[in-house]
Amino acid sequence: MVRLVQQRSIVVLIALLVALAGLIEVIRPGAVNANWVSNILEFAAPLGILAAGQTLVVITSGIDLSVANVATASAYIMASQAPFGVTRGIIAGLLVGIVVGLVNGVGVAVFRVQPLIMTLAMGLVVTGTLNVYSQASVRSVPGVPDVIHTLGSGTVLGYVPVSLFLWALLAAVLIVGLRGTGFGRLLYALGDNPEATRLAGVRGWQVLLANYTACGLLSAVAGIVLAGTVNAADLSLANVLLLPSVAAVVIGGTSIFGGSGSYAGTIVGALILTVLNSVLTLLDVADAVKQVLYGAIIVLLAAAYTRVLGRE
Amino acid sequence: MAAVPDDASVADSSALLEASGLIKSFGPVVALRGADLRVRGGEIHALMGANGAGKSTLVKILTGALTADGGTITLGGRPRTFHSTSEARRAGLICVYQDPSLLPDLTVLQNLKLTATPISLFRHYLAELGLEGFDLQSLPRELARPTLSLLDLARALAIEPQLLLLDEITASLPADLTVRVFNVARQLRAEGRSVIFISHRLAEVGALCDRATVLRDGKTVGVVEPAQGGEERIVKLMLGPVAEEVAAEAASPSAPATGAVSMEVRDLKAGMLSGVSFMLRFGEVLGVAALEGQGQQELFDCLAGVRRPESGQIVVGGKARVFRHPADAIRAGVVLIPADRLQALLRQRSVRENIALPLVNRFSRWGPINPRREKRRVESAVKRLQIDTRVQSEVRRLSGGNQQKVGIARWLASGFNTLLCFDPTRGIDIGTKRQIYGLVKELAANGSAVLLFTSELPEIQLACNRVIVLFGGELVDEMPASEADEQALLRAAHGLPSEADAEQQAPEGA
Ligand SMILES: Nc1ncnc2c1ncn2[C@@H]1O[C@H](COP(=O)(O)OP(=O)(O)OP(=O)(O)O)[C@@H](O)[C@H]1O
Ligand SMILES: [Mg+2]
Repeated sequence: MVRLVQQRSIVVLIALLVALAGLIEVIRPGAVNANWVSNILEFAAPLGILAAGQTLVVITSGIDLSVANVATASAYIMASQAPFGVTRGIIAGLLVGIVVGLVNGVGVAVFRVQPLIMTLAMGLVVTGTLNVYSQASVRSVPGVPDVIHTLGSGTVLGYVPVSLFLWALLAAVLIVGLRGTGFGRLLYALGDNPEATRLAGVRGWQVLLANYTACGLLSAVAGIVLAGTVNAADLSLANVLLLPSVAAVVIGGTSIFGGSGSYAGTIVGALILTVLNSVLTLLDVADAVKQVLYGAIIVLLAAAYTRVLGRE
Repeated sequence: MAAVPDDASVADSSALLEASGLIKSFGPVVALRGADLRVRGGEIHALMGANGAGKSTLVKILTGALTADGGTITLGGRPRTFHSTSEARRAGLICVYQDPSLLPDLTVLQNLKLTATPISLFRHYLAELGLEGFDLQSLPRELARPTLSLLDLARALAIEPQLLLLDEITASLPADLTVRVFNVARQLRAEGRSVIFISHRLAEVGALCDRATVLRDGKTVGVVEPAQGGEERIVKLMLGPVAEEVAAEAASPSAPATGAVSMEVRDLKAGMLSGVSFMLRFGEVLGVAALEGQGQQELFDCLAGVRRPESGQIVVGGKARVFRHPADAIRAGVVLIPADRLQALLRQRSVRENIALPLVNRFSRWGPINPRREKRRVESAVKRLQIDTRVQSEVRRLSGGNQQKVGIARWLASGFNTLLCFDPTRGIDIGTKRQIYGLVKELAANGSAVLLFTSELPEIQLACNRVIVLFGGELVDEMPASEADEQALLRAAHGLPSEADAEQQAPEGA
């Protein structure tokens, strides 16, 4: 059993996913159908994209606590700029992510601030700035342009969510990139042993800077997709997704201590969390309780993985 | 010097610990296939074997860190199986493992509390090991490797074990500290306690141990008394049929080379190092001989771009260079193999990724990796160093010696023109050692330049053409390898004049 978990953890995770779906079917017979699957994928996509950036950062043994704030801000800026042109709105939204990611990267990679502190502080700065911005601009909560609404909640052939295409594309780039490019290798190397990586001639700060920027960009994309999914861009849009973004990474088997993990695992993690959320909603569990649950899952899994995978 | 103690003839029923027929495999890798070990009360017992023979696995099983797949262990005549290290500890068995075990981010004191170690006894043994006045509030992350080993040892001693197991503790220790460890071990023996001692240095085993059990490929192949000229038998048993070959390869020292200058160091100053100048030529292996802490670490770090010199010049390929980062040195073709493999390896990553790291960083940069080129280069380096890669997963699952080889292999795979080897054979078995020195010579013969520091002076002649000697941060002597026997090197490394001069001045000082 232990060996199975070690070598085929993704199989175990998928089994867990199926078990959760089975549970829903038991609670409410007939609930698990094509429509349900389509819904799950639609809601998992923004979380999966948000957790993609988180995966990149956690692999380097860092963490980004600003992803949710960035997603919210990007979506808001996108929506508020959209009246001047949707493209302009999207670019403005993505820029928010890139800029915040860059600042995070400079703090962590150049000034060597603890990632936890740097990104927590940046998250607060982003949210504060967004509040000021929203009060300064006269308009009330901006509406979401149609294109984004279609991206976030449209379907093809009745069941396949449009956002799934974007998610799949990003996933392919990440999975192949982590495995088959120098950049991916260096992320794992830095997470495993920064000193050894330096001795091998790697200038780690450049890699980290690029990595936090990529995380910021992915957060922005996730925020924009999410705005389309819920068809709103309010000031607390993605805030509930911070813990799930970390939980998805941890459930997916990426070590919190860095140096190992994969995005494929995170995808399954995001799906599990979305299904779990749907179970809890069915059972009428309050949001606060859900957050407690996500926290507990992170701690338990981190402990379980360290035990099973043995840190000798 | 260590004679077999009087109770050597006592029947084996007096065995303190008796393990027989131990079997252990990790997936497809069989680490132990019938290992026997019998340790008497009041003896220092060596455990010998080539890299990957199963020594560490055996001590881990004895102390409950691993469970055997088969075989029996009796302690004081009673069958015992330990399921955890703390269970073994309560029974009086404790091991200082090959890699430091203190948690890096807790203070030493917190670490001690975590393992319920008696603090006053710990302090007592620390003092005995030469670390009196050590600050218990320091973080292991910031401590040097030898200090970490001694802390582990003191922590083990503090529980007053019946049987102490030492897995290659001396590999990371300088000579003076090794002597202290020996004294502590002898003291335990005098009190009727026992020690299991693992080391690749035959001289240490000969000086310290009463008996030695030799493992080969996971099996016990003999028990020898090293003090009575048994060292040769140990080597034969350890290496098996290849022993003859290895002995034949121990060639005579090479003549000084006359190739072009690869690197010129002018008046280099950094920390302990106070103004050193020398030249390194292509086609030669230049040895550096020095006692612990005479500035050799600073020298290598400066040459490899790990630290900045305070003053002086490093000229490579005819140009004065400033190495701000190891990457600068690597671009100039200068690469470093550090002594401590923990400093060089990605322990969770595969052998392939470890070896390919500089290769990827140099050729692929951040872009796509060419898997075929990577595989080809990695495989040829693995073959050349005969790395045991039955374990395809994480590097931390390799035996200590094989990990060390991975650190060397990466530079074979990525290429260089000047190789800086800082004590590259720590924890490497005697067969492999010869093989590595053979490789170093071959690299030089093919036109590379090699600067080699080794803490084992007799090995200088095995590999080098020429030797420089550092003492007190200065270059005090230089000689061709043919003159650099152990005596001459020791004298120079202690800052004493050469034999000829000494005879003129003070004959009794020789
Ligand atoms: N956790 C593990 N998983 C897989 N294989 C392992 C593990 N630990 C050890 N091995 C394998 O078992 C064999 C014996 O290893 P061991 O560490 O006992 O050797 P050793 O005699 O201590 O060698 P060295 O002198 O190099 O330290 C090696 O082939 C090693 O790769
Ligand atoms: Mg070992």
